[in-house]
Amino acid sequence: MLKFLLRRLVLALLVLITVLTVSFTLTRLSGDVAVSMAGPTASQEDVETIRRAYGLDRPLPVQFLAWVGDAASGDLGRSYLYHAPVAGLIRDRLPITLTLGLTGLGIALIVAIPLGILAAMYEATILDRAIMMIAVIGQAMPSFWLGLSLVILLGLRLQWLPLSGVETWQGYILPGVVLAFSAIPALMRLTRSGMVDALSSDYIRTARAKGLTRARIVLHHALRNAAMPVVAVAAVQLGFMLGGSIVIEAVFSLNGVGYLAWESISKNDFPVVQSVVLFLATIYIALTLMADMLNALLDPRLRSA
Amino acid sequence: MTPEPLLEVADLRVRFGARVEAVRGVSLTVNKGETHCLVGESGCGKSVTALATMGLLARGAVRSSGRLRFAGQDLTNLSERELSKLRGDRMAMIFQEPMTSLNPAFTIGSQMAEVMQRHRKVTRAEAMERAGFLLFKVGITNPALRLGQFPHQLSGGLRQRVMIAMALMCEPELLIADEPTTALDVTVQAQILRLLAGFQRELGLGILLITHDLGVVARVAHRVSVMYAGEVVESAPASQLFANPTHPYTRGLLASVPVPGKIARGSRLGSIPGTVPRIGPGFAGCGFRDRCGHASEACAGPIAVQQAGPDHIYRCQLQASWPQDQAA
Repeated sequence: MLKFLLRRLVLALLVLITVLTVSFTLTRLSGDVAVSMAGPTASQEDVETIRRAYGLDRPLPVQFLAWVGDAASGDLGRSYLYHAPVAGLIRDRLPITLTLGLTGLGIALIVAIPLGILAAMYEATILDRAIMMIAVIGQAMPSFWLGLSLVILLGLRLQWLPLSGVETWQGYILPGVVLAFSAIPALMRLTRSGMVDALSSDYIRTARAKGLTRARIVLHHALRNAAMPVVAVAAVQLGFMLGGSIVIEAVFSLNGVGYLAWESISKNDFPVVQSVVLFLATIYIALTLMADMLNALLDPRLRSA
Repeated sequence: MTPEPLLEVADLRVRFGARVEAVRGVSLTVNKGETHCLVGESGCGKSVTALATMGLLARGAVRSSGRLRFAGQDLTNLSERELSKLRGDRMAMIFQEPMTSLNPAFTIGSQMAEVMQRHRKVTRAEAMERAGFLLFKVGITNPALRLGQFPHQLSGGLRQRVMIAMALMCEPELLIADEPTTALDVTVQAQILRLLAGFQRELGLGILLITHDLGVVARVAHRVSVMYAGEVVESAPASQLFANPTHPYTRGLLASVPVPGKIARGSRLGSIPGTVPRIGPGFAGCGFRDRCGHASEACAGPIAVQQAGPDHIYRCQLQASWPQDQAA
């Protein structure tokens, strides 16, 4: 178990270093930052001043190390746009994005797992095909379109839910549903295929031979084994939701991390872009690590590996 | 009048789709305290017969049977729910694949205890205690340790012992064992067979033992049924069958096994050319006729079941007295 965890930790660290390097390099490659910060009317002198003020005149490796060192101590630099520490900007917006992501994942799991189980139990019947059809349609639907349609239907026409903002918890429902929609097909397919495999396995035959009830066979014996890939993908999906909520936050005007990213990209606020990328990647790595540990809890064979 | 057998199967048929009929009218009985061996080569329908009897056929397999009675109860019109109350309680089964038959995600103890918790009003602690006791009975040292372990931490032989112990949790009356020793090495095989025989004496267990190993049959069987292409081609008390095999297939089968002291050094072992045919519904005649050295035109017609002695039947056109020294 300890060896398994250590190996995963080292792997996570390597990924983090790669992410740091890539996000740093990419923001530098997108053009001369000092020029775009100074604006189109600035003189050569202004640009040089800015370059010196932000330490952009130093060699790239030095800049990189300084950035990594600062990031490690929680200092992500200052936003050019807000003239405030980036760490604070992200911290303020994080609760909204996290709540949204968790709501989305929650809805996705509540819908995808039971449907996946049902499809597997009634494999190759009409029910199975109908459920998989929903998955295909869900996968094909663009989230911005679905978001706007739901806003028009539930928000404008029926007035059941707020149009935008998260002053009340109901505000999270619509964006949460839209986010969930993108994750449901994959989770459902995975649950279904895992359950199909599990249900046709020898140990399920044993469980039946023991006279166990159907509920016990499906929900205890089969689901436990089918859950492992679902857990792994659910973690990745949550990462996607946190990072990919950019569109959703824009559609529903939620002032979360995604909105911040969108704003800073369009305004070339590169310390923010860089930090959001780093931040989301770190969350992603943490989630994957968590999924590995959860799987180790679910699968005793992994623990001794 | 003889008492009603523990298990009575009559004219059992199992189809897979429209093309394959894996079991074609099998009849057999298992009495209390008796070991009935079902013998035949791979694909002859032995396992399907066992699964159909337990009601464990995979989806897509259709069972129809004239009679399927267990301890005086008609199993054919029981619902899955009613049947599941018998399974694991009064009738239990162990499988050929000890490596995959246990759930990898749960401990040995939890998998054993749940059988008893399902069928008896016991606490988990009580069920665990019985599980530990049975692990000890099947010769597992340190049962307390094993109860907390997962299947992957056990060898194949140990896992099969666990399967046996698990099948005995509720003291069943009938045990169906589908090639329980095939996946195990020979020394472990002998131990497992001794174990089963011991439990049989102790509990009056009726055992339906499925095997293709005639050595195993010779050691434990009271009664033997030989299956070929979905049919029982010969059935007799074990001593009768070995002394007086009558169906050409049975003779071929026996001739293909070396018996120490009976086979001269350097002599050839018999073999039966060809493989078991795949037979669909509506097939008429003897399924063995393409591989049989004694086949005639009559073999394509309906085959009568003949008596070769008291309680000894076979399904063949040949007279029971056809030359004994000839194999198929």
